[in-house]
Amino acid sequence: MNSEVATISTAKSKGNHASDTTWLEQGQGGVLHLKGDWTVAHARRIDSLILQARFEPGSVNRLDLAGVTGFDTTGAWLLLKLADRLSVALPEGMAAAPHGVPELVQRVSAARAEPAEPSRRGNPFVIILARLGNATLEAGREAGAMLGFMGATVAAAMAALRRPARLRLTATVHHMERAGLNALPIVGLISFLVGVVLAFQGAAQLQRFGAEIFVVNLIGVSVLREIGILLTAIVVAGRSGSSYAAQLGSMKVNEEVDALRALGLDPMDVLVLPRVLALFLMMGPLALFADLMGLIGGGLMAWVALDIPPTLYVDRLTNAVSLWTLLVGLVKAPVFGALIGLVGCYAGLQTGGSADSLGRQTTIAVVQAIFIVIVVDAIFSIFFNIVGV
Amino acid sequence: MEVEEESKPIIRVSGLLTRFGSQVVHEGLDLEVRKGEVLGVVGGSGTGKSVLLRTIIGLNRPAAGRIEVFGQEPAGLDAADRRQLEQRWGVLFQNGALFSSLTVAENVEAPMREHADLPPALMDELAGLKIAMVGLPHEACAKFPSELSGGMRKRAGLARALALDPEIVFLDEPTAGLDPVGAADFDLLIRELSDTLGLTVFMVTHDLDSLYAICDRVAVLAERKVLAVAPIAELEEHPHPWLQSYFHGPRARAARKARQ
Repeated sequence: MNSEVATISTAKSKGNHASDTTWLEQGQGGVLHLKGDWTVAHARRIDSLILQARFEPGSVNRLDLAGVTGFDTTGAWLLLKLADRLSVALPEGMAAAPHGVPELVQRVSAARAEPAEPSRRGNPFVIILARLGNATLEAGREAGAMLGFMGATVAAAMAALRRPARLRLTATVHHMERAGLNALPIVGLISFLVGVVLAFQGAAQLQRFGAEIFVVNLIGVSVLREIGILLTAIVVAGRSGSSYAAQLGSMKVNEEVDALRALGLDPMDVLVLPRVLALFLMMGPLALFADLMGLIGGGLMAWVALDIPPTLYVDRLTNAVSLWTLLVGLVKAPVFGALIGLVGCYAGLQTGGSADSLGRQTTIAVVQAIFIVIVVDAIFSIFFNIVGV
Repeated sequence: MEVEEESKPIIRVSGLLTRFGSQVVHEGLDLEVRKGEVLGVVGGSGTGKSVLLRTIIGLNRPAAGRIEVFGQEPAGLDAADRRQLEQRWGVLFQNGALFSSLTVAENVEAPMREHADLPPALMDELAGLKIAMVGLPHEACAKFPSELSGGMRKRAGLARALALDPEIVFLDEPTAGLDPVGAADFDLLIRELSDTLGLTVFMVTHDLDSLYAICDRVAVLAERKVLAVAPIAELEEHPHPWLQSYFHGPRARAARKARQ
């Protein structure tokens, strides 16, 4: 037509579209022709064309849309952006717009008129300091709230003791089965294997002094006093603590906990107490089973690797440990069970509204439960040391 | 912008059989959705409206029957073609189904990020635009779904469904739980989008006002199949007892009166 026609969109074709497509073409008399599909599929190229385009101010006063073959809200947004850059008023500066386009442009431009949010950014140093302070306060609050929760659970348990009708027996038994009985295989297997490992490693060291027979003492004391109960606590925290947190957390998200309250039921009685009580009761039997399996594992390894026959093993064992050794381990079990249950339930009830928060709370339940169990175990050790058992 | 043939079906469901265990939800269900129309789907609770929607978009596998969207069978496509197809529709779930760990703006950007090749700045602009178009205030962009009311979540869900300018939107009870003013705005928005973009709308709804205000045709689900598909005026005359009580109950009378 004439030499003034400038094709703008020849440079740089990013993306996999046919590179001969032209979306903008300058015509005569201040008319800019828009062509092709102005849709989200081509938005990247059109956007970069608009940002790169160099026009003399006032050189374009009309946008001709006759060549437009496709148009959507993204296209309308880009058209408005183009008009802004060229200072063309819309819709007056728009010509030959296909059916529906003016309405869409108007709709989009109305939405664009919304005021922008003022951005608030502070000094990064202050932000870090504030975050640290908030985290500290939060940790303190958390510890206080957890203690309060423990107190509330104990109070609920005492109330249930006075009026046993309040206790949810069916739920308690259900949780005893799930957290206790169903955990037997995994707890037993792990203890058995640790017993095997202990015998093997202990023997390797003690053999150097010709004292391999003392491996029985090693197994007996360490399994009964510490390893049986700690392994049980860690498995239960991973199995049941996490599941309590997830159950109560998703109930919280679904407003089921609020529904209980609205029905006049105390979530403490209905949800927390049966779970905590179940672990309180089942932890002892589980730990006893773990002790037994640990001793069997150790004995088996002693027999196979060290030629200590079972009769000698049992004989040495009765010499090495007393009933007290077993009781010192088992007396910790209900305490650990209750703590794991409390931490799991508390973490679950702290869940906020999002999937993210549910995941975080489940992690917290397990990590905090194991941490607290080990801290309390250390306290028990000191106590037993002082009283001399 | 060529004018498409009005009556060309964009979704075709034929002989659909859906069942969960022994419970049969749909049996021999046929339905056609025309390009550019707003189709309302009504039916009593438990008649499988949402199940039908989920089956069409491929979230449920039908036991038998054929489903075609854009002339293609979603079930028979390989993963790449399916992705291609899924970009051409948007879905608004009943409770918005926003990703709870993302902000509203990030939610709207999620389909763009996955399916479209857009520069980040443009993505932010477009997300802001979609959020404004569905009538959410600008402050909502940076909020998390748990900080929004139910109605706002729904609007945000619609913004996400519209993120890629789809050709079909599936709406599951879009106005349930909205206040009447908000619901009317929502209706208007859907109608406008349908008119200006040529959007096809498949809308499960209980809202009689929506039916009267924006639906071109209404499909009635009962007795495990589509009982009738017709403009609402024709359905009012339908002799089926459920339709009679549906359209001649006190709420329907009020909605019709409001329309006139």
